[in-house]
Amino acid sequence: MQPRTLFDKLWDAHVVVPETDAAPATLYVDLHLVHEVTSPQAFAELDARGLSVRRPERTKATLDHSTPTLPAGADGRLPYASADAQAQVEALRRNAAKHAIELFDFDGGERGIVHVVGPELGLTLPGTTIVCGDSHTATHGAFGALAFGIGTSEVAHVLATQCLLQRKPKSLAITVEGEFGPGVGAKDLILHVIGVIGVNGGTGHVIEYRGSAIRALSMEQRMTVCNMSIEAGARAGLVAPDEITFDYLARTPRAPRGDAFARAVAHWRSFAGDPGARHDAEVRIDARDVRPTVTWGTHPGQVAAIDARIPPAADADTAKARDYMGWSEGAAVAGRAVDVVFVGSCTNARIGDLREVARVLRDRRVHPRVRMLVVPGSERVKRAAEDEGIDRIVRAAGAEWREPGCSMCIAMNGDLVAAGQLAVSTSNRNFEGRQGKGARTVLASPLTAAVCAVTGEITDPRAFLSTEAA
Amino acid sequence: MSTPASSSPARDAVRFSWRSVVLPQRNIDTDQIIPARFLTTTERHGLGRHAFADWRTRADGSPNPDFPFGRAENAGAAILVAGRNFGCGSSREHAPWALADLGLRAIVSSEIADIFRSNALKNGLLPIVLDDTIVDELLARPGLELVVDIAACTLALPDGRTFAFPLDAFARTCLLEGVDTLGYLLRQDAAITAYESRLPAHEESTHAR
Ligand code: SF4
Repeated sequence: MQPRTLFDKLWDAHVVVPETDAAPATLYVDLHLVHEVTSPQAFAELDARGLSVRRPERTKATLDHSTPTLPAGADGRLPYASADAQAQVEALRRNAAKHAIELFDFDGGERGIVHVVGPELGLTLPGTTIVCGDSHTATHGAFGALAFGIGTSEVAHVLATQCLLQRKPKSLAITVEGEFGPGVGAKDLILHVIGVIGVNGGTGHVIEYRGSAIRALSMEQRMTVCNMSIEAGARAGLVAPDEITFDYLARTPRAPRGDAFARAVAHWRSFAGDPGARHDAEVRIDARDVRPTVTWGTHPGQVAAIDARIPPAADADTAKARDYMGWSEGAAVAGRAVDVVFVGSCTNARIGDLREVARVLRDRRVHPRVRMLVVPGSERVKRAAEDEGIDRIVRAAGAEWREPGCSMCIAMNGDLVAAGQLAVSTSNRNFEGRQGKGARTVLASPLTAAVCAVTGEITDPRAFLSTEAA
Repeated sequence: MSTPASSSPARDAVRFSWRSVVLPQRNIDTDQIIPARFLTTTERHGLGRHAFADWRTRADGSPNPDFPFGRAENAGAAILVAGRNFGCGSSREHAPWALADLGLRAIVSSEIADIFRSNALKNGLLPIVLDDTIVDELLARPGLELVVDIAACTLALPDGRTFAFPLDAFARTCLLEGVDTLGYLLRQDAAITAYESRLPAHEESTHAR
């Protein structure tokens, strides 16, 4: 047999009916994740056709996008942003109950952002296919799972048949060798990668991240990298599973136990690219070239190293982005005043991210100009952080410690950045209006974001780290 | 609103004359097509009034003169020509729902994002990818009557120049014959059941709960 890539193996293992010129492949879906925003119309389609959910136990639902991040009031009611938002949550409750789908609801202690919950519970397994009506499903690829976002029509397909019609995408290898410098992490790497290949550099492809710098990343950091594959236009991101993956899974509540775990690991090990397997394209990145990186524009490919200047506007689109963001030509990125700092989202709201933020905030104060929100990715992350006292550090610094959810990443639950304000955010999209109409977003790592919160301006975290060491 | 280019009824379902409306920006993401604050709906209809909500008005609330939809000369336009990498970002199917609700039947760009393209096809919105040079020409000349032939996968300009665009054979069949893709998948039940008998045991135990 020809040597196969990790992606080839994942694809082959899930083909129910092979693809032909006339028809796409029928691909089996091992795990279907559902949230309240992209599912109601799919359940309605099932109802209209009198269909049931084929594999309810392989469908897991959570509430994250429309949910408030402030706790219930004295009357026990959650402060929903609108009646529609509440209706959407109630619709998912009804649909989950009707079809016997497990829902991570407010009272269960396991609710959170869909791409945080799947991995931490051990539902996300190597060698599987995972889909969700959400483009950041790519996150789960960090475990060596083929995971990608789908539309609501396809959500109905998967609910009813556990399958999808798919043409096989191409494969792009991104090889990162070497060691990162101080103050540089997974978020800086993926922003740098998108800057190199562009926001459409991955279109039509699945990306496999590999090389010594990727192998050295923790599972959480690999998730941060895979999460933003979609920001380069890719369907999915992948990292081959290894000991770091298996150790992580062994500590999750739902992964197999005992002998079953050992057998599962043997199966998972087979999901690695064969020597000599061919990718359709390859990009090589030297980890030493990656500096702390932020976005300056209105898409995630408009990035700059934090010690750089705003590039000259080459065309009308870049000039428009620069004007929207309120930069003057040639301005230094560092030093710009910051109004809001948001730590959260499926990119960077896991416990490791919050620890990094707490390390900066400990015994310091958020700058008086800045409103800082820290939103844990899930109930489990929140509890773990509170056990370590991270909530107290955050509050003592003058930042807000919130309930889990997508929050200001998508700004549909009432957590908004005001028009014209500049937000430094650990989320994944800096599109116009993403964090509120007229809001200006600078994407950054949790470390950079926390440092900016303290100084009140965009700040190179390396300068901060060096004063800390002194 | 769409006028058949040919009087032959048999051709009506495959050949359309559509007037173009133009948005020259590159990387128009689905947050621009329909901002997240309109996603709290549980319906798929009536989203056209929120399409490009933040581009319709200027900061002071007055109508944005550069925004083409809603202008009288664009009433009935059914083909949107846009800059490269249209539909990037969020997978929300609300984006093609909103565009179709505006009366659009096709999107022309030199690149269309993967998930958007897939979602568009499921809603009768035809994604047409053409070379930069021709897209640039179309961007510079709004209001053209363009003839799209779905069977031949071609787009013709009023001067007769005709350009082929790629269209997956299955998607083409679905558009021409109105194939119900969910019905098509449901008919594969036997193959799906056979596949399921081979699922790894450790996955069954993880998900059984
Ligand atoms: S945190 Fe943001 S990107 Fe992630 S699932 Fe929620 S809205 Fe989407």
